[in-house]
Amino acid sequence: MNSVFWTHLVKDLRIEWRSLDAIVSMLFFAGLVVVLFSLAFDPRAAVSQGIAGGVLCVATMFASVSALNQAWSREIRHQVMDAQRMTPSSGAQLYFAKVLVNFIFVTLVQIALAPFFFVMYNLHIAGPAWVLALILPLGTWALVCNGVFFAALSIRSRNRELLLSLILFPIFIPALLGMVQATTAVLTGDNDPWLWIKMLTGYDIIFTTVSLLLFDVVFHAE
Amino acid sequence: MKKAAFTLFPLITILLMVWGYYQAIYVAPDDALQGYVFRIIYYHVPSASVAFCFFAVSLLGSIGYLAFRRSDPNKAQIADAWALAGAEVGVIFCTVVLTTGPLWGRRAWGIWWTWDARLTTTLVLWLIYMSYLLLRRFAAGPQMQTLAAVLGIFGALDVPIVYMSNRWWRTQHPAPVFGGGEGSGMKDPTMVHALLWNMLAWFCWGMLVLLLRYKVERRHQEYAELEAEEALASAD
Repeated sequence: MNSVFWTHLVKDLRIEWRSLDAIVSMLFFAGLVVVLFSLAFDPRAAVSQGIAGGVLCVATMFASVSALNQAWSREIRHQVMDAQRMTPSSGAQLYFAKVLVNFIFVTLVQIALAPFFFVMYNLHIAGPAWVLALILPLGTWALVCNGVFFAALSIRSRNRELLLSLILFPIFIPALLGMVQATTAVLTGDNDPWLWIKMLTGYDIIFTTVSLLLFDVVFHAE
Repeated sequence: MKKAAFTLFPLITILLMVWGYYQAIYVAPDDALQGYVFRIIYYHVPSASVAFCFFAVSLLGSIGYLAFRRSDPNKAQIADAWALAGAEVGVIFCTVVLTTGPLWGRRAWGIWWTWDARLTTTLVLWLIYMSYLLLRRFAAGPQMQTLAAVLGIFGALDVPIVYMSNRWWRTQHPAPVFGGGEGSGMKDPTMVHALLWNMLAWFCWGMLVLLLRYKVERRHQEYAELEAEEALASAD
């Protein structure tokens, strides 16, 4: 970890601190999804335990797209992205800083959303609650590491905001499945979440490695 | 010679498909348990094999493009044409699989669809390659080829993970016809013959369409290059 990484990280955190664009829009959007789902499905006690995990994960996924779209479009103004391409440092550090920043944003949103969510769905955790502190970061990392990568990929196309969701969601399917299954297993206490946690860990390792390796190709594509 | 091959190959393909149809509908017996509806397997399994092979062609094309894009632009263009042709024709065959599967499942299982490992994997594969084709449509120029190649690699990487995660989740699809465990597969030799003939016929048909698509894409590339050169010449 050197100064290039820290510079990018601190810069993005500072921009967010001053504007709060990404976090506020994500939080409001995720809250809306939770409300809409609870209106659409009318969750009562037994049902809500079963579907709450899925709703939380899908709400996070939809909400994070709004932050991920801003991740690179911020850099387009004043040709910052072109300047970044010309710097002699490797793109991997820039990518890693972006992933970490967005990971922090999405995690903050999840933490803020959790109490609201528990109230609306009348949840109680039947399984070991601390495991959630492992599942949600792993799933969020899977979402963000792919999301930042594909946002960089789709930034130079037409319809880029739409394209990001179209590319990201199919690739994210196995991680979403793992995240939902593990969360539901903890909430209902019926199943063992560990197989899914292992799968999520594997997914994270594979896709983080490949993204780091291929990021320069995408970033310097011309 | 080349021209003769181009007229002969479609002819052979049509003959094979007629022969395969005859074998599948008239020669092979009804299945002991499933009866007549079982015959859809002669179209379902070959289409699935062709689709998976063409997605592999697309993956190799994507890797080839990334490997050659700096050192040998011509080879890179060829690889990119293969990647596009493989993905497009593969999606068509995959659509056939996703259509014939539920038709059969409605009769055999009583349901149109289930979230089984193979069904989900095929559907996700279809979604990924659709997004690949959309990316190619939305982006433009040589950077599009690089981006598409990267997405092609990502998509292929996702497939084994989807498959494994769904096996852990639930599985209902019948055991494979070839290379399955004890008790799976076809017992009657005429059934195996019919399947193999159809496999051959659909592979030939797929190859024909793939080759045509590849040729069209190569022409398209040449035309784009010519256009760019003309634009440069007129600018001078």
